[in-house]
Amino acid sequence: SHCSHIPLRSDYGYKVSLFSHLHQYSRKAPLTQQISIPATVIHPSIVRLGLQYSQGIVAGSNARSVALLHAFKQVIQDYSTPPNEELPRDLVNKLKPYISFLNQCRPLSASMGNAIKYIKKEISNIPSQCKEEEAKKKLLLCIDNYVNEKITLAAKAISKCAIDKISDGDVILVYGCSSLVNHILCEAFEKQRKFRVIVVDSRPRLEGREALRRLVKRGIRCTYVLISAVSYILPEVSKVFLGAHALLANGYVMSRVGTSQIALVAKAYNVPVLVCCETYKFCERVQTDSFVSNELDDPDDLIVTREGKTQLADWQSVKSLGLLNLVYDVTPPDFVDLVITELGMIPCTSVPVVLRVKNVDQ
Amino acid sequence: MELQAVLMAAGGGSRMMDLTYNTPKPLLPVGNKPLIWYPLNLLERAGFEEVMVITTKEVQKALSTEQRLKLDVKMKLDVVCIPEEADMGTADALRHIQQKIKTDILVVSCDLITDVALHEVVDLFRAHNATLSMLMSKVHEFTETVPGQKGKKKTGEQRDFVGVDSTGKRLLFMANEADLEDGLVIRKSIMRKHPKMHIKTGLLDAHLYCLKRSVVDFLVDNKSISSLRGELVPYLVRKQFTKALGSQRDDEHTDQNLKRKDANASLEILSSSKDEALLQLACERSCWNDHRGDMSEAYHGGQLRCYAHIMEDGTCYRVNTLAAYVEANRVAPKLFEEPPVHPSAVISERSLVGGDSIIGAFCQIADKTSIKRSTIGTSTTVKEKVKVTNSIIMNGITIEEGCNIQGSVICNNAVIGRGADLKYCLVGSGQRIEAEAERTNEVIVGSDQLMEI
Repeated sequence: SHCSHIPLRSDYGYKVSLFSHLHQYSRKAPLTQQISIPATVIHPSIVRLGLQYSQGIVAGSNARSVALLHAFKQVIQDYSTPPNEELPRDLVNKLKPYISFLNQCRPLSASMGNAIKYIKKEISNIPSQCKEEEAKKKLLLCIDNYVNEKITLAAKAISKCAIDKISDGDVILVYGCSSLVNHILCEAFEKQRKFRVIVVDSRPRLEGREALRRLVKRGIRCTYVLISAVSYILPEVSKVFLGAHALLANGYVMSRVGTSQIALVAKAYNVPVLVCCETYKFCERVQTDSFVSNELDDPDDLIVTREGKTQLADWQSVKSLGLLNLVYDVTPPDFVDLVITELGMIPCTSVPVVLRVKNVDQ
Repeated sequence: MELQAVLMAAGGGSRMMDLTYNTPKPLLPVGNKPLIWYPLNLLERAGFEEVMVITTKEVQKALSTEQRLKLDVKMKLDVVCIPEEADMGTADALRHIQQKIKTDILVVSCDLITDVALHEVVDLFRAHNATLSMLMSKVHEFTETVPGQKGKKKTGEQRDFVGVDSTGKRLLFMANEADLEDGLVIRKSIMRKHPKMHIKTGLLDAHLYCLKRSVVDFLVDNKSISSLRGELVPYLVRKQFTKALGSQRDDEHTDQNLKRKDANASLEILSSSKDEALLQLACERSCWNDHRGDMSEAYHGGQLRCYAHIMEDGTCYRVNTLAAYVEANRVAPKLFEEPPVHPSAVISERSLVGGDSIIGAFCQIADKTSIKRSTIGTSTTVKEKVKVTNSIIMNGITIEEGCNIQGSVICNNAVIGRGADLKYCLVGSGQRIEAEAERTNEVIVGSDQLMEI
């Protein structure tokens, strides 16, 4: 089959010059405008996933990876080898336009990138004499194992380590909504640790509200502040737990924008900062700033509407105004005291060691 | 395959019998194209390659034989006939083709004329894994005069009450005035989950629905549901908020009522059977919620979700009344790019055809005629000194010399005698208007049609 044509999503609005090399899309112009209904070139599960990514319904590094693997399972189940083709090569080729589509809906996360690498490797390693049914079963099992090992069991192991670091009477500060940190706190609460949580939140995503809901539902005592109040609240804090989107090879932590600020202020107050991150999010990229590689979200999200009135409704017509909605930032390893992974508790600078060890294993 | 398209073209046009007693509704000419062309064109432009058309034998015959219909539709049409006497509702029709339905479906009515971007409706269906996603539109005021209308416009239509949440997309409530005898009752469970509800009354249901395949299976088990719009859709909207599976009460009753099919249970089982552990895990780990302010997870944990896309601008008409038919003829030509005058029409140079008129194939327009804001159908002859304004002239009609036709609808194969003066009249199929007749605001149909009450 010919190389499928994936439509290109066009950029929206004025881009601040420092970030003009990145894409900036509008949520009101989804990529589905340009593909057929019903979707034929792209598998329906992938179209659904792309929409859920671009609308933020599936958000968070772990959620995105798991949803991606789920969609890949559907693709593999519906796949049938065309005549004169071999499954290992053809299936990998079939996945390429899907990945390109997803990347345009929302740039892939580091965890998704690693999951894709793993899947592609597993598919390529299918022996050519393997029958299609068997191959598909094997691949589905691989995916389930990957999720189980790298996400579910890793979370368990990290929880165990992290709970040792939580003592009674602790005041723990968390930022935004990290699925792993929430999981750790809930487990610690189950294990009868006495602590309270301060949830720090920031616009425009206000993900902290969801974290707050999950923690309060369990019965954990929480305080909620916006990031502008972090230096006010920090004297009360005994530990800071942060989640990560990715851990870079030079020890920098890539996480939701605002994390580096929290780490900086915590450092100034000598409060220990612990980053919790599964090893499958470790990335071979090296970055020292938040400009070179980042994600620009829909600038219209920054607009506040109160009682139907919006001051920034015509922001595009003001030539000297640019709206910047950054998604990630990088935190230098000097501000991070410990990284908790399923391999144990390591300093930030040990990340390249882990990566090297992982590569040797494979 | 993601979606199968189902076009419902067996409906009778019961609210415009004067037009449809001789011409089935799907074949009524609008802007010189059969009404059924419009939804077919909508589906084709979106990217569909085949459509299942549920219709009567008469329409099927016309679709396959009549050259004049000029469907120029490239999609593959799988025409399924249902007997007219069966009096099937739209849900009955879906039940009838259950074997052919392999995926989720997009149901369209043959009388829908719209330029909606279909992805707006389908994306809601996809992104939220919805059971139902539908299209609605703000009702446009009809500006054209309707022929044969005696006195003020009937307020007849009973209003539809549609409740949506603060995003304007999630359907919370749907009922017709006719079913609300004691007033509008909203369950507390809905208010607890969605404290802010906008109730709208000025909306038109475009009769375009995306439905999960499990709904078709559900219809097979619940034969009492006959109409999509009248029964199934309000039922699905209500069922979003009824008690979920596995509650205490259900367990107590399973032994006693093994035979009784718990409708709610079967719908939820069918629609959630594909949700595996991975999907569940992804939902748990995602930091998204569709609402805030309470302790519930996204969608309040409900498996059944109904959404609506409400069009604010753009064209959306359902041609199911005479007034809508007249209005559609004015608006529809803007939806397709074809020359207003068909190349095969013979038009005298000494005639005046306005830029906003459409002339169909093989027409003959004689000298000194004036045609303004009108549609002339195929193979119609207009003789000298005729004045046609604001009117819809269908196919195969002869208008003799000196006639004056204003604001009227003339149906297929009618003959208008010389010098006749018709204002705001509806002339039925095959009727002959005598010469020098002067009629205003009348519906002129055959005596055998007058039996229809």
